[in-house]
Amino acid sequence: MPTILAFLIAFVIPFVMGIYLSLTEFTTVTDAKWVGFSNYAKAFSNQEFLNALWFTVRFSVISVISINVFAFIFAMLLTRKLRGTNVFRTIFFMPNLIGGIVLGYIWQLIINGILNNYEVTLTSSATYGFWGLVVLMNWQLIGYMMIIYIAGIQNVPKDIVEAAKIDGASRSKILRNVTLPLVMPSITICLFLTVSNSFKLFDQNLALTAGAPSKQSAMLALDIFNTFYGKSGYEGVGQAKAVVFFVLVASIALIQLVLTRRKEVEN
Amino acid sequence: MNKKLMGVLLVATLIAGLVAGCGKKDEKAIYFLNFKPEIAEVYEKIAKDYEAETGVKVKVVTAAAGTYETKLKSEISKSDAPTIFQINGPVGYEAWKDYTLDLKDTKLYSYLTDKSLAVTSGDGVYGIPYVVEGYGIIYNDAIMKKYFSLADKAVSISSTSEINNYATLKAVVEDMTAKKDQLGIKGVFSSTSLAAGEQWRWQSHLANLPLFYEFKDNTAYDNTILAGLASDEISFKYGDNFKNVFDLYTNNSVSNKSMLGSKTVADSMAEFALGQSAMVQNGNWAWSQINGVDGNVVKSEDIKFMPIYTGVPGEEKQGLAVGTENYFAINGKVSAEKQQESIAFLEWLFSSEKGKSYITNDLGFIAPFNTFTDAEKPADPLAKEVSNWMEKDVSSVVWTFAAFPSEDFKNYFGDALLEYAQGNKTWDEVVTIVKDSWKSEKAKAK
Repeated sequence: MPTILAFLIAFVIPFVMGIYLSLTEFTTVTDAKWVGFSNYAKAFSNQEFLNALWFTVRFSVISVISINVFAFIFAMLLTRKLRGTNVFRTIFFMPNLIGGIVLGYIWQLIINGILNNYEVTLTSSATYGFWGLVVLMNWQLIGYMMIIYIAGIQNVPKDIVEAAKIDGASRSKILRNVTLPLVMPSITICLFLTVSNSFKLFDQNLALTAGAPSKQSAMLALDIFNTFYGKSGYEGVGQAKAVVFFVLVASIALIQLVLTRRKEVEN
Repeated sequence: MNKKLMGVLLVATLIAGLVAGCGKKDEKAIYFLNFKPEIAEVYEKIAKDYEAETGVKVKVVTAAAGTYETKLKSEISKSDAPTIFQINGPVGYEAWKDYTLDLKDTKLYSYLTDKSLAVTSGDGVYGIPYVVEGYGIIYNDAIMKKYFSLADKAVSISSTSEINNYATLKAVVEDMTAKKDQLGIKGVFSSTSLAAGEQWRWQSHLANLPLFYEFKDNTAYDNTILAGLASDEISFKYGDNFKNVFDLYTNNSVSNKSMLGSKTVADSMAEFALGQSAMVQNGNWAWSQINGVDGNVVKSEDIKFMPIYTGVPGEEKQGLAVGTENYFAINGKVSAEKQQESIAFLEWLFSSEKGKSYITNDLGFIAPFNTFTDAEKPADPLAKEVSNWMEKDVSSVVWTFAAFPSEDFKNYFGDALLEYAQGNKTWDEVVTIVKDSWKSEKAKAK
């Protein structure tokens, strides 16, 4: 009972209210006026929203792949018996402890500092913003995902690996046929975390480029924020975009969970 | 059992927190939502003094730069809502008209020197201006004098006061750029700040000039703001004049055009204060910023104003852009008692000795109220310059940007300017964006 109550207050009620508000026109939540689905029509006829959607999709694909590949490689390296693995693990994990806004501003300084030499800035083209965000996200998330992979890799039973070695399996064979299937649960978690984090990225985007130039580097969450606060009378459209956003993130995450779960094996 | 107890306790604290958060009502307190972060500290002091004098508590909350509308939106829906807030003229009134109280019968309104400055609708008065400000090109007279004393200067005039149109300004500026090493400056103009959130000097203030002239040509209205509000489309007839002066700024600047996307207003004011530039476009509020820069080399008597000349015929008679976008509004949805308290606070602020001294000496406001004598006008150099220019035989430019359709319109304009400066867009594309976004933002507001 208490759990249900807490769940109601903290989740269900705001969620239902959010969906209701997406069908209304309002300035503050207390004076909403019913307008039906017109907010959704406005959202989808909005070029900026579609741009942001496409930008987000491209960003997510690239950063999900790069983050997981690098995290896995680091995890493999740091589960070997090397000197100082613990120190390195800590160092790689640390970026994750810094808040997104701070990271965004720091990377803005770094990237602008480098681009300075070529007489351009982050705002010169959306491409710089795009790759800046990819670098930033990689830097922030690789360490976190690495820790999860390390936990997975350490759980692979030593005797299975040894048996494979005795049978004469090469390193790549062991990786493909023994390690990977056995760390599948970690992969599920890491993919889920990176996909949802990339899709709902907001503070880094706001701090790094704020959408410049001309909103070309704005991602979905930033676009929703801008719609909601940019113009009075457009709060409902922002809300509608947010509902679309929720459905999108939830379904992609669910599909991904189902797909990778299927590949998990018992050891 | 234990787990269950824990759960009950957790929910109980959660609900208790919610109830406490909503239920707290402080009937007497005034809640002042402040729009200007740069003067937040002064308001804190005023609040303390007022409480000491009258026993009425004034809570001052300040929104961070550029987030006032956001803050107001979230604060006003709370049960402890702001009792005094600010609207930015007729457009702001449209957005907040459900919340603004009619101030027609207040003493505060009767204090106004020029009643037409107030935001009105029908018979009602919903916004009272409390400060007039002026902006133009701020220049460092020491550097200008140095330039005019050069033996090989290319212009025939011999003082800055003789600059009274775009052609002269351009000749002077370009010659100064050629001699910038002799003058010891890095560029004539401070950086044209185009970083996100730092574009207002161009997409509002500079954009004001061409649109002011365009709406002035519309003789059906006696006020450019009203003409602007009535225009669903603009022709951006004076767009080339905007380009004139914008190009002048970026071509003769301290920083390279491609770097403008990372420059802020604070950067450009610092460049001016450190003597690296001779001119910067900004308003009289920038005085505290210039004065506050470490290592400031500009003497206060050398800080002067000149109007922004863009090459419009007859601009010899043009003055500074003088106006306001800050209007006090009283929240009509709080208790009548709170409303009265709030009005009394504002009346105290603008008519008592103590209040007026804060306005003049600490805030440096040029207040448009008849309660101020000449001796009580601000003493900072830029505010004085604004007063001087208002008394000259020139006509001030009205702050027509109050009629701009939305924040988004300004941002589209500013973003286009950035891309133009960086060479990714042509001027024609900028003109198209300005015209199209005006039209579409107007259509959205309907």
